[in-house]
Amino acid sequence: MAETVEFELVSPAELLLSEKVEMVVVPGGEGDFGVLPGHTDMISTVRAGQIDIHDGGKVTKSIFVEGGFAEVTSERCTVLAVSATPVADLDANAAAQRLEAATEAYKAAEGSDDEPKAKGELDIAEAMVVATKSN
Amino acid sequence: MANLKDLKIRIDSVKSTQKITSAMKMVAAAKLRKAQLSAEAARPYAERMERMAGSMARSFDGVDGAPALLAGNGSDQNQLFVVITGDRGLCGGFNGNVARETRRQIRTLQGEGKNCKIICLGRKGRDALKSEFGDMIVDTYEDLTRNGAQYDDAEKITDRIIGMFNNGEADVCTMVYTRFQSAMTQFVTPLQVIPFPTSSIKEVGAETAAGGLYEYEPSDDEILNDLLPRNLAVQFFRGLLESNASEHGSRMTAMDNATRNAGDMIDSLSLVYNRTRQANITSELIEIISGAEAV
Repeated sequence: MAETVEFELVSPAELLLSEKVEMVVVPGGEGDFGVLPGHTDMISTVRAGQIDIHDGGKVTKSIFVEGGFAEVTSERCTVLAVSATPVADLDANAAAQRLEAATEAYKAAEGSDDEPKAKGELDIAEAMVVATKSN
Repeated sequence: MANLKDLKIRIDSVKSTQKITSAMKMVAAAKLRKAQLSAEAARPYAERMERMAGSMARSFDGVDGAPALLAGNGSDQNQLFVVITGDRGLCGGFNGNVARETRRQIRTLQGEGKNCKIICLGRKGRDALKSEFGDMIVDTYEDLTRNGAQYDDAEKITDRIIGMFNNGEADVCTMVYTRFQSAMTQFVTPLQVIPFPTSSIKEVGAETAAGGLYEYEPSDDEILNDLLPRNLAVQFFRGLLESNASEHGSRMTAMDNATRNAGDMIDSLSLVYNRTRQANITSELIEIISGAEAV
């Protein structure tokens, strides 16, 4: 067995996942980053996208998160997600509908105080549609 | 001497009260289990969030230009209280204790010449405070815990409070909630949430000191600006969950006592009832016997 990192995925409501993995790829605010054992200590934002857990050179689990934070140390990777769903459970239709609604809301909010919020929702919906297509 | 029929009516009414209280006790017990589980499930997130926020706050400790949510805006004139109670009564001292603690805090601060404002989460808190501090209550949220506390609600409340903070309507924000320990014991806890409490900076600081400093991506400011509002939402969410569990625990204990008291009352009323009945029978017998003797 290769060296592993302790990966934890937590949402406000519960501890969703806590297991030892070989590598995990997290969608950071500045681009995806992979975490292997011995990673430097880091705190990063997480944008909406999918977290891939790699074991034995393959992706064993993909989970969609709606943004949050990641804390990485040499033996641990903790992701605090706003909400998380396994990619396999995502509903393509629901995602498409959400994107539609978000696009409209963004258009309506453009230039107003609500713009950043609408933009955030739009980003989440877009990432969700992308995640459903990768299935 | 009490009339037999009146006694019977009284016993029946206490019995039906007892049925209601014991049913409420069982409902509260079932809800308590659920609320307790969700309160416990939410702890890991809150703990890790606090650790992260704390270790970031440490790097800003004493540095100029720290975000206002972290360091405060330099004033403590406008105090905001977020008071978390239940929406219903019949739960012992649960709502009253929170209201009493709030009242005590507000009086002290008013004595120092501060302005106080209140946001009530839960109808009972508003009812208890409105006679005295009616003009200070800026908002009331109800029905937050009907289906268990929701994170979305906590976020909404946080948005409102950050809005007030940015407008200068509030400088310091304190959450008064009930920390759940067991069905029998709960503690009313005032917790300062804005600015970020320095005590927890020190606590977490000592813990992570050995771990060294973190790299931040994108930058520490940006993360902090994102993290602090979320940390606030998590604190409120946790406050709601703990209060909800406490409410059910408190109600269960109160209803258990009420059921037991009703039982005692039924026993003593039954005793009086039986004695009265026997006395009636005896006096009737005496009348018959003395009547027969007289013939």
